[in-house]
Amino acid sequence: MYVAVKGGEAAIEASRALLAASRRGDRTLPQIEVAQIEQQLGLAVDRVMGEASLYDRELAALAIKQAQGDLQEAAFLLRAFRTTLPRFGASLPIDTARMTIARRISAIYKDLPGGQVLGPTVDYTHRLLDFSLITNEEPPCAPSAEAPLDADMPRATAALEAEGLLTSEPDDGRTPPDLTREPLMFPASRAVRLQALARGDEGFLLAMGYSTQRGYGSTHPFAAEIRYGTVAVEIVPEELGFPIEIGDITVTECQMVNQFKGSKTEPPQFTRGYGLVFGHAERRAMGMALVDRALQARELGEDVVAPAQDEEFVLSHADHVEASGFVQHLKLPHYVDFQSELELIRSLRAEAAARAETALKAAE
Amino acid sequence: MSDLPLLSVRCLDVRFGALAAVDGVSFELWPGEVVAIVGESGSGKTTLLRAIHGFIPPTAGSILYRSDRFGEIELTRLDEPRRRLLARTEWGFVHQNPRDGLRLSYSAGANVGERLMAAGARHWGNIRAQALAWLDRVEIDVARIDDLPRTFSGGMQQRLQIARVLVTNPRLVLMDEPTGGLDVSVQARLLDMLRRLVADLGLSVIVVTHDLGVARLLAQRILVMQRGRVVEAGLTDQVLDDPQHPYSQLLVSSVLAA
Amino acid sequence: MNTTSYTFAYLDEQTKREIRRALLKALAIPGHQVPFASREMPLARGWGTGGMQVTAAVIGRNDVLKVIDQGADDTTNAVSIRQFFSRVAGVRTTTRTEEATLIQTRHRIPETPLRPGQIMVYQVPQPEPLWRLEPSRAETRRLHALAEYGIMHVKLYEDIAQHGRITLAYDYPVLVHGRYVMAPSPIPAFDNPKLHRSPAIHLFGAGREKRIYAVPPYTDVISLAFEDHPFRPWKAEAACALCGSTESYLDEILIDDRGTRRYICSDTDWCERRRTRGKTA
Repeated sequence: MYVAVKGGEAAIEASRALLAASRRGDRTLPQIEVAQIEQQLGLAVDRVMGEASLYDRELAALAIKQAQGDLQEAAFLLRAFRTTLPRFGASLPIDTARMTIARRISAIYKDLPGGQVLGPTVDYTHRLLDFSLITNEEPPCAPSAEAPLDADMPRATAALEAEGLLTSEPDDGRTPPDLTREPLMFPASRAVRLQALARGDEGFLLAMGYSTQRGYGSTHPFAAEIRYGTVAVEIVPEELGFPIEIGDITVTECQMVNQFKGSKTEPPQFTRGYGLVFGHAERRAMGMALVDRALQARELGEDVVAPAQDEEFVLSHADHVEASGFVQHLKLPHYVDFQSELELIRSLRAEAAARAETALKAAE
Repeated sequence: MSDLPLLSVRCLDVRFGALAAVDGVSFELWPGEVVAIVGESGSGKTTLLRAIHGFIPPTAGSILYRSDRFGEIELTRLDEPRRRLLARTEWGFVHQNPRDGLRLSYSAGANVGERLMAAGARHWGNIRAQALAWLDRVEIDVARIDDLPRTFSGGMQQRLQIARVLVTNPRLVLMDEPTGGLDVSVQARLLDMLRRLVADLGLSVIVVTHDLGVARLLAQRILVMQRGRVVEAGLTDQVLDDPQHPYSQLLVSSVLAA
Repeated sequence: MNTTSYTFAYLDEQTKREIRRALLKALAIPGHQVPFASREMPLARGWGTGGMQVTAAVIGRNDVLKVIDQGADDTTNAVSIRQFFSRVAGVRTTTRTEEATLIQTRHRIPETPLRPGQIMVYQVPQPEPLWRLEPSRAETRRLHALAEYGIMHVKLYEDIAQHGRITLAYDYPVLVHGRYVMAPSPIPAFDNPKLHRSPAIHLFGAGREKRIYAVPPYTDVISLAFEDHPFRPWKAEAACALCGSTESYLDEILIDDRGTRRYICSDTDWCERRRTRGKTA
């Protein structure tokens, strides 16, 4: 008698053990340290923190190690941890104008107060494999600037705002909703959209942003400024009543300005696409800024014709934890439903054959 | 004809910013009457029609409708559930482009049957019988009942849209350039059919057209619109044969481009 | 992470209260999809995170939990979810339908009739019954609010026109309490009649899509159809090769590569109980 093979508890346990062994790899090599991942795979850590919406470099590095370098899986691990954390309170909004700058560039001005600060970037490396890394040669010492950076580093958009040429987006004073504590509903506010994009899949943001550059919801973007550095996080404890700093985080901010010819209610001006992400992640921040601007189509009275302008499409599909889970759930057994489809297809075929036979007889 | 109008439009305004697309329009539609709204492109006639149906909110004014179901109601203040109920039972809207009024990925039969099912019909055989009868009535080969509308010619699509709208016996039908975009010979056949159906069913119709021939053939009365205003109104023959307003005179002498 | 640092049934109490509020609303409006702030779970989206959150929100220390996937207690995902609740809630588990107070399921309703007081929790991949006809959830929400279901019947009409019958075999839409059209989750249409006036409580959780809905006890649940093309629940015309049952839903098993097939009960508990009582094929 044939008995259906079904995965029991023993099989699951064995599978988990095999996974752990596969993660360990060749046991003659030393295990990679979480601290090494945090330091030497820092951009992977940044991406995982961003997509998990949790700023914790050590736990992100741990998740990367546990996920064998699969960054989407690592973000998923960190999110599942995040969801169990108690909320002590909300910080004040971070002020990126007061950022300790590591890098700051503007593509719309040749020079501006504070200057262009190149900082660490792969932009001007030649993409040649560096074989010295195989032998773990130490790199030369980092150069230091002849003079400290200007203390005053206003955002490149400040001048446009002062001239009234850039959409004004004043703080309305309302507490923004928390996407991880309230269901996503449409139409979504810009605050909710930005939250969803900030934790969205980097590949998706990039592809959607790219599509707007190729005519699918064109927004005429200019990279007004990209800045990367550390900012202070402040909270106002109830018992104190004034803000105190609780630490620093590293963020990348991208502000795109986009030509806008004006509408019935708005004069011609520049509009803003905004990206703000954890860590050093310029591709991510720029993709986010492009999509943020595309999603303002409805508010600005533009035709919603392209995927990147359709907020329900973008926000429902930006999250790779959801996408990955649902795509991969097809691995789960579906034989009950498949069985019902089998029966249906068989009976439809039988009925079609019977009809054909009747028709044939009638023809005879 | 009843002694009360089916629809009374009073001082209706539709503004888009500074533009008054419809500017103080008033008229009445009586049961069983066909009124044509004529004018060149941009005169506001389609906007007026869409505002009456509720596709566009009017800026000011009143639209009084005598419903079978709800009695006398003010459409500008009607809630959405009741508006949509009326739209799929007592009213019909015939789009200029039949593709806007059809479900192109469903068969002709499903398109005609949809309003019956929305109204609660649950007997498949009856729904199909009515769809067949209506296809025949609008001169579509009944053998095509299971075919997709995208395989139909433009004229057939328009006749299918009309069958889909009329299958539930609406009282009020709004038509936006129903013959626009069709060849002249196809137009003639469609107009002939429309005239017969309107008479047979005793429909009350507002038809928007730039084609005075359509107005002459279908309508008892005509409203001439220019820049959002009704500049002349009257019996069809009177307006077309003896236009009083200079704009109507221009229109009738076919000087104006559509 | 040490599991002892998690609260009972994994979710914090505030979250459980939120979910219970959504469940109460769902029970009060049978078949209506209630949006809820679905949490990230330590299980992939699409693998039962909605069902798990519902179970976590309603489970108590005295509950007896049964978890099935495809009708079976021993499929991998059922085992995994059962283990999870054993670990984080320490509740008693069972494979016996009549012993369970709480049954989390994917794709089946047990053959053993449910009794008053039992709670069924369904894992739902797609809570929106209209999604294939209208992808925008903003629009489907409006259609539900206005009870405009013409489009659903258009699809059913078309099936019969093109194929002679309604070609839905699972996740077959139902009308609940004469008001809301509801997706019963991907159970085979064969199971739909078990929902009608069931004495048990039926709770549906869609984690990824962030919706909860419910069917309270003794509620009308009617599978959509036409008067002259009535709903027909389908199953294989065969008997179980193990217990001989002809009334239960059967899985088809290939036993060679020439297409030779056997059928066995999809409900493993039902099949075992019959065999213990001496029934054989």
